[in-house]
Amino acid sequence: MDASDALVKVLREEGPRVLAILVRQLGDFPVAEDALSEATIAALGAWPGSGIPDNPRAWLTVVARRKALDFLRRESTRTDKETVAFRWGTQGATDQMEDVIDAMETESQLRDDMLRLIFTCCHPALSREAQVALALRTLARLEVDAIARAFLVPEATMAKRLVRARSKIATAHIPYAIPSDAELPDRLAAVLAVVYLIATEAHAPSGGNAVARVDLEVEAVRLARLLVELMPDEPEALSLLALLLFTSARTPARSDAQGHVVTLADQDRGRWNREAIAEGSRWLSMAVILSGGTARPYQLQAHLAAAHSTATSWSETDWDQIIELYDLLGSVGTNPVVALNRAVAVTERNGPEHGLAALEAIVGLERSHLWHAALADNLRRLGRTAEAAGELETAASLGAHRGRTTSAPVPSPRREGRTRLTDSGAAGVLYRFRRSSSHQTQIPTSEITLERRSR
Amino acid sequence: MALYVALCYYDRDRYWDEPPETEFSPEYTEFARRATEAGVMRGGEALHPVTMSTTITVSGGKGGDLMVTDGPYAEAKEVLAGYFVLETADLDEAIAWAAQIPAAWRGKIELRPIAPHHA
Repeated sequence: MDASDALVKVLREEGPRVLAILVRQLGDFPVAEDALSEATIAALGAWPGSGIPDNPRAWLTVVARRKALDFLRRESTRTDKETVAFRWGTQGATDQMEDVIDAMETESQLRDDMLRLIFTCCHPALSREAQVALALRTLARLEVDAIARAFLVPEATMAKRLVRARSKIATAHIPYAIPSDAELPDRLAAVLAVVYLIATEAHAPSGGNAVARVDLEVEAVRLARLLVELMPDEPEALSLLALLLFTSARTPARSDAQGHVVTLADQDRGRWNREAIAEGSRWLSMAVILSGGTARPYQLQAHLAAAHSTATSWSETDWDQIIELYDLLGSVGTNPVVALNRAVAVTERNGPEHGLAALEAIVGLERSHLWHAALADNLRRLGRTAEAAGELETAASLGAHRGRTTSAPVPSPRREGRTRLTDSGAAGVLYRFRRSSSHQTQIPTSEITLERRSR
Repeated sequence: MALYVALCYYDRDRYWDEPPETEFSPEYTEFARRATEAGVMRGGEALHPVTMSTTITVSGGKGGDLMVTDGPYAEAKEVLAGYFVLETADLDEAIAWAAQIPAAWRGKIELRPIAPHHA
């Protein structure tokens, strides 16, 4: 890691913490965000010469508060901003360095502020799109252009989305608060869903030829880690981290030397990141203990991913366990995608005729390329090649328009956190790559792009 | 504190002023009482059906041609049926109150922050 990498790392590490402090102290999300941006620019200018300060958090907080104060003073001459300036005034804040250092928070205060920030960014009054954008900008500190690239929208569109979201937080008075115990389960589910969605996006580029995809997988793991750090007793947070570690462990094996996608069945398991798998297993074990035996969706999905990650080969996979887990997932929320993934496992355990029957029993996936690809696979194995070819063609034509279904995964709020969780689980990965291997011209994967970037 | 208007929408074929929706009238009264006691209520009214509406437009700027038409501005299945003005600390509190208004389960409620007006 060179000096500028270290600098960026510190800025991204401390950024959300400084922002969490600023929002509470200033009582104004957009002003805090702008102030932090300016402080970050100042740091990028000063630190390469002076070196990273001993307490970068204090440095950033001091500078950001000065910027905010300047801004609010300027604005307070305009009548419509008087209220904000007043709010600032009542905080008793000054721009004296000593006061600011006094105002640095204890770890537990900081933890609460971080939780406030996270729950605000994932508030149900914001669209899922806005939540994801805020999570990546505000919590992961990605630049707007990088987020825009990751979601294949123009930078101006992403910038507008973020401005609108922040302005709604301020105007509609979305509280900067940790939800009450009664609200917590739903609100936590929304937070986890945002991180899960980012990870899903990492596996399923929405379409088009992304030139420089941001490594959303790494970002998702980072965010999941942050959630575990802040909420170490929430089994679903631990399970989500475990799940993401298991799936990201396979990234090195997901493409071959030519950059073609390799299916889970064919992956060189020696290239899997054993360290990540071991870490995932540890988090999952803790989640099992914490959940006291009631497995919720992420835990089940983590178990599924673990079953694949610990199998020595595709044929040695414990299909009994996998089918059992899908049955449990299916009972947690009725979801045709769970049924699809289960059917894939049935094919492997009981043979293509059983797999085909299981697939044909599924209703509601007629528009899913994954379902048609699975049908094609079973038909091919049964020697019904003409039918298989037809299904493959359907799958390809639907897959080409996949952006519509995967890039706008914003179902009604009712569904969030429950059924949505399972939409592209561990075995979703199975099939996604299985399909694309037969259509290698499509789907540039994040892995390929990364390889390019690292050169 | 923040001001919100809770806009209550009903299906125009199942409007609040006809059975079975009239069953919920006592619940509205009860909500208004509780919200007033809590200091949250800042006003509210129920609206007659959109068949009673008159839409007016002045074209060509102030003092221009006045056009008066029968009916609502936009034909929609769901129509504005009434509103409450609520004053709460934040959106979560406003949501908690709005969820107790019968329109929340008999129709829909849109919570809109009220913009402060400048003298």
